[in-house]
Amino acid sequence: MADMEKLLKPEHPVGIVGYGAYVPRYRLPASEVARIWTDGTGGLPIKEKSVPGLDEDVVTMSVEAARNALLRAGIPPTEIRAVWVGSESHPYAVKPTSTIVAEAIGAVPNTQAADWEFACKAGTEAMVAAMGLVGSGMARYAMAIGMDTAQGRPGDALEYTAGAGGAAFILGLEEDSLAVIEASYSYVTDTPDFWRRADQKYPEHGHRFTGEPAYFHHIVSAAEAVMEATGTKAEDYQYAVFHQPNAKFPQRAGQMLGFMPEQIETGLLVQDIGNTYSGAAIIGLTAILDIAKPGDRILMTSFGSGAGSDSMVIRVTERIDASRGKAPTTQEYITRRTEIDYAQYVRMRGKLTMK
Amino acid sequence: MDIPRHWRLKKQRYALVGEVCGHCDTKVFPPRDICPACGEEAKTLYQFSGRGEVYSYTTVYEAPAGFEEGAPYTIAMVRLAEGPLVTAQLTDLEEKRVEIGMPVEMVTRKLRNATDERGMLVYGYKFRPVVAVP
Ligand SMILES: [Zn+2]
Repeated sequence: MADMEKLLKPEHPVGIVGYGAYVPRYRLPASEVARIWTDGTGGLPIKEKSVPGLDEDVVTMSVEAARNALLRAGIPPTEIRAVWVGSESHPYAVKPTSTIVAEAIGAVPNTQAADWEFACKAGTEAMVAAMGLVGSGMARYAMAIGMDTAQGRPGDALEYTAGAGGAAFILGLEEDSLAVIEASYSYVTDTPDFWRRADQKYPEHGHRFTGEPAYFHHIVSAAEAVMEATGTKAEDYQYAVFHQPNAKFPQRAGQMLGFMPEQIETGLLVQDIGNTYSGAAIIGLTAILDIAKPGDRILMTSFGSGAGSDSMVIRVTERIDASRGKAPTTQEYITRRTEIDYAQYVRMRGKLTMK
Repeated sequence: MDIPRHWRLKKQRYALVGEVCGHCDTKVFPPRDICPACGEEAKTLYQFSGRGEVYSYTTVYEAPAGFEEGAPYTIAMVRLAEGPLVTAQLTDLEEKRVEIGMPVEMVTRKLRNATDERGMLVYGYKFRPVVAVP
């Protein structure tokens, strides 16, 4: 396929009309996990991760991010014609997260609602679908959310990093947008790097298999293709943000694609909030939108195990300055912080049996 | 569990949707279709801002059935910016001492914790200290 033909381009250009982030306030330092499981020895993949409160889940967190996106968009919720929530930690196995979110933000009943699943790229998958719905003229606005409250098995490498958080986006036509999605490309193969069987509480991972053939291959292939097709190079972007399961992977992926550390640091939040799975790349995007200037270009590339990547070229418009101050910034959520120890963590994550 | 009752109350519970009196503009919460100020009919739906301040509060150590997992927790009467007083749980309080007059904002949270692993999850409003003033 020729490079240009690879791009997913809607009939009418589409962009982000409103965005909103959410991070719960509790933080578990990685040193606490090491204290319990390795006697404090060994390197730490991040500084700390975010942990949801006892009364929080993907529904409540999505509702808050969605309300922030609505504040920035300044549109009536009844004009949103799809509410799509991507996650691998939906509270119900059967019963959509999205209907509860749609009801809470006032988008019912004239709306699509569905939950999306594709490991950590369910959120960007929903964004691409929302581009189609708006870009075809079927809907004026569509909402895509990526949100997770991921869990790692106690003592597993994932327990250090499995965090909680995410973001919501309202997509609309270019002329209403604070950032235009100039191009989008998705790269997908069947790769068994990470999975969780139905009815299992904790995921399994393919250990050494998770790096090269999974994360790096898909991210780099998707990002290279979208840059190739749009005729852009790393230096044409002010910012780049990648899926961030730890601090090292996105830094190396950026390096492989020719990005400098300064282009990556704004969207690299994993050291402070952990890996937010479906929320990881997109909450990085919200932190960038919080400070970007009109005309800035952003490359965002997600990764979902199983495996695939969505890569988007995003250009910030003049509308950003009027919109972004209408809701709390991503950094305001990150600095709102209460440190907990492993015992409090065990209680808050429901690892303590009450009966 | 009273599923029909939870379903009927969802708009006011999820998003603090009350009513406004078309005669004297009094905002009404919870909705009761009659204006408490002038006694006229008040059926127009009204979306409250969610902003308010703590009017009084108490901390619950011996929680009733269904709420044990969250104990101890704080219940407050919150004076909404639009006037009405509502009773609700406060959340995200750590390190913040509750004070009369403390500004709070509405959030939608799980009202009961998942001790019942098979039942319906019930969501509704709580209040927390204001995160950031835009
Ligand atoms: Zn009245």
